[in-house]
Amino acid sequence: MALHAAIKGKLISVIGDEDTCVGFLLGGVGEINKNRHPNFLVVDKSTAVSEVEECFKRFMKRDDIDIILINQNIAEMIRHVIDGHTSPIPAVLEIPSKDHPYDASKDSILRRAKGMFNPDELM
Amino acid sequence: MSGKDKLPIFPSRGAQMLMKARLKGAQKGHSLLKKKADALQMRFRMILSKIIETKTLMGEVMKEAAFSLAEAKFATGDFNQVVLQNVTKAQIKIRTKKDNVAGVTLPVFECYQDGTDTYELAGLARGGQQLAKLKKNYQSAVKLLVELASLQTSFVTLDEVIKITNRRVNAIEHVIIPRIERTLAYIISELDELEREEFYRLKKIQDKKKIARAKADAAKAALRESEQLKEAANLLDEGDEDLLF
Repeated sequence: MALHAAIKGKLISVIGDEDTCVGFLLGGVGEINKNRHPNFLVVDKSTAVSEVEECFKRFMKRDDIDIILINQNIAEMIRHVIDGHTSPIPAVLEIPSKDHPYDASKDSILRRAKGMFNPDELM
Repeated sequence: MSGKDKLPIFPSRGAQMLMKARLKGAQKGHSLLKKKADALQMRFRMILSKIIETKTLMGEVMKEAAFSLAEAKFATGDFNQVVLQNVTKAQIKIRTKKDNVAGVTLPVFECYQDGTDTYELAGLARGGQQLAKLKKNYQSAVKLLVELASLQTSFVTLDEVIKITNRRVNAIEHVIIPRIERTLAYIISELDELEREEFYRLKKIQDKKKIARAKADAAKAALRESEQLKEAANLLDEGDEDLLF
């Protein structure tokens, strides 16, 4: 099964605002599987935090997803879940959204790195 | 706490040899593990600086991609819902390869094109050029993000492995080697003690033997003397007796 999945090729999933999702879908990452579950989630003002959280957990459980892209402002909403995710696969990447510039100090990975090195020093 | 703690072993020459071999093995393992930790640490720092570099680059790329999205929207009108509803199969997929650093396998992601473009006809009426540019921008963003993801995955894996290796190095340095050394010291002291005992025993036996020999000599000498006396008396006696009669 694992071998089969490795040959098949894994997906990139996106959790983000409408524009981010549309952009990446045009880039060609979107897929809807047999059960009509998409590999992306559009988050707008009316989306509840619990919904985002549940979706993130679902993506983590799926074995055909290797990378999860998430807007940083949305990652802030479910920060506790992301910080609790420590295994290397799927990799969770925080990306800047259109109206929120990227803030390196909020990134889970860079925060972990900060304990060992100073990121500003290396820049 | 662990000051007195040593391996439960009977102090003998064989056990001493065994302990010496184990001490040597532990020292060798310690140096090897230390080398491994250094190699991993080097790789780790390299990856970290690359991550930070890529993350800053990602900001630029995403900005450009978002800008081209706005451009395309301006040219084509709102196509968000069309795109969101028309998702079928992924065009970009990820392959995982394994990279090996000092015995640690790091996953490396690699993206590849698979299947045809679902949105081939999007923007056919107008704004096709902007849409093509938008697609290209987002595809390059995806490529960069995949690269970043593999760096980040390596980072997480290496972090874990470095922690484990350092723990092992410290355990060998501060627990295992001192324990073996204490055991060796114990064995040596016990063996010395046994040797002293043995030496003392031999001395004692020698003393006893000396005394016994002296006694025996004395007895022999006494016997010899008495025999000589007797003989001499006999000689005198015999001559006398015969002469008198």
